[in-house]
Amino acid sequence: MTAREAVATVVDPELRVVTIAELGILRDVETDDRGHVTVTITPTYTGCPAMDVIRADIGAALRAAGHADHDVRTVFAPAWSTDWISPDGRAKLEAAGIAPPGPSKPVTLAIAVRCTHCGSPDTEQLSRFGSTACKALWRCRACAEPFDAIKAY
Amino acid sequence: MTTVDYVLRLGDDALVTAQRFGAWYAAGPEMEEDVALANIALDQLGAARLLLTYAGELEGAGRDEDALAYQRDAAAFRNCRLVEQPEPDFGVVIAKLLLLSAFQLPLYDALAGAGDERLAAIAGKARKESAYHLDHSTLWTLRLGDGTGESHRRMQGAIDALWPYTGGLFVGDGGPVSLTELRAPWSSTVEGVLARATLAVPETVAEPTGERKHLVELLAEMQELHRAHPGARW
Repeated sequence: MTAREAVATVVDPELRVVTIAELGILRDVETDDRGHVTVTITPTYTGCPAMDVIRADIGAALRAAGHADHDVRTVFAPAWSTDWISPDGRAKLEAAGIAPPGPSKPVTLAIAVRCTHCGSPDTEQLSRFGSTACKALWRCRACAEPFDAIKAY
Repeated sequence: MTTVDYVLRLGDDALVTAQRFGAWYAAGPEMEEDVALANIALDQLGAARLLLTYAGELEGAGRDEDALAYQRDAAAFRNCRLVEQPEPDFGVVIAKLLLLSAFQLPLYDALAGAGDERLAAIAGKARKESAYHLDHSTLWTLRLGDGTGESHRRMQGAIDALWPYTGGLFVGDGGPVSLTELRAPWSSTVEGVLARATLAVPETVAEPTGERKHLVELLAEMQELHRAHPGARW
């Protein structure tokens, strides 16, 4: 397995249905002439507590694939945006009951957050902050179920 | 050339705010606010860690983020006095977040496009978080200021209590963005929110000086474990 393939299998520890590649926080995997692997990642939020676990999981995945000689770098620019979540990642989040984000740039019309249970756009925000730094808590007015939504960022 | 003191000022503002807001976890008026204040504290801590790491590198004396956070006395902290003020009720927390985020947002916006690449990268992330903090504190200021007689009275009291310390936000040079120049955008934001919230803008007075008892107490708690067990890790 190439180093890139190995790292791409690492799942996000807080959003366990998506990989770090699908979430857009895996920026680069490079292997030099001597086989040293350099992995570059970027955090979603500056204080994201999952970063240490992600670094450890990347190391474990590389060692399991025979790439013991590696290091993990963290970069902050360009800043991560929810626009970097891949289409596959969005579909997986939605299937897991976490509404994917709308566009991060301001739009003229408010875009409804669709209920992940029944698909209704008739929803309301219950709490602007959620169980992790990247989520808010919403409720569906149609089916009355609560659900998490990734904040457009 | 960015100075160590400039970066410490911004990092210490964020660190002290994180410590204060973190104390509200499980003490907010409702569960959603526990979660909100914990998240905001985490954002501030994230920025603080990056800024203190950078300050340590600029200083070149081998001090990392932990050494700067846990092994300095109050006299060496560069944060403005606003952030260390105690928060006897939720109104003061919201007032502080409004006054601080109305400063941090234009600060990070400007730093993101200014000459120091390292600060630009940190600010490029932190600005989005500050915008959310400003939104959140604005919504609560409107709700409490233009709410019941009791909530109005307490929100005005919170603004009045913190106002003397706002001047300190704009003191600091030695970086790519002059803090003095942030007063105009800050005033415009804060006065706009206060007007919509039916709250009065207090008279500007000289910032109180003297011993920083609140900061000393805050650091005593924050640094206790590290001082008792130097180098302790999770």
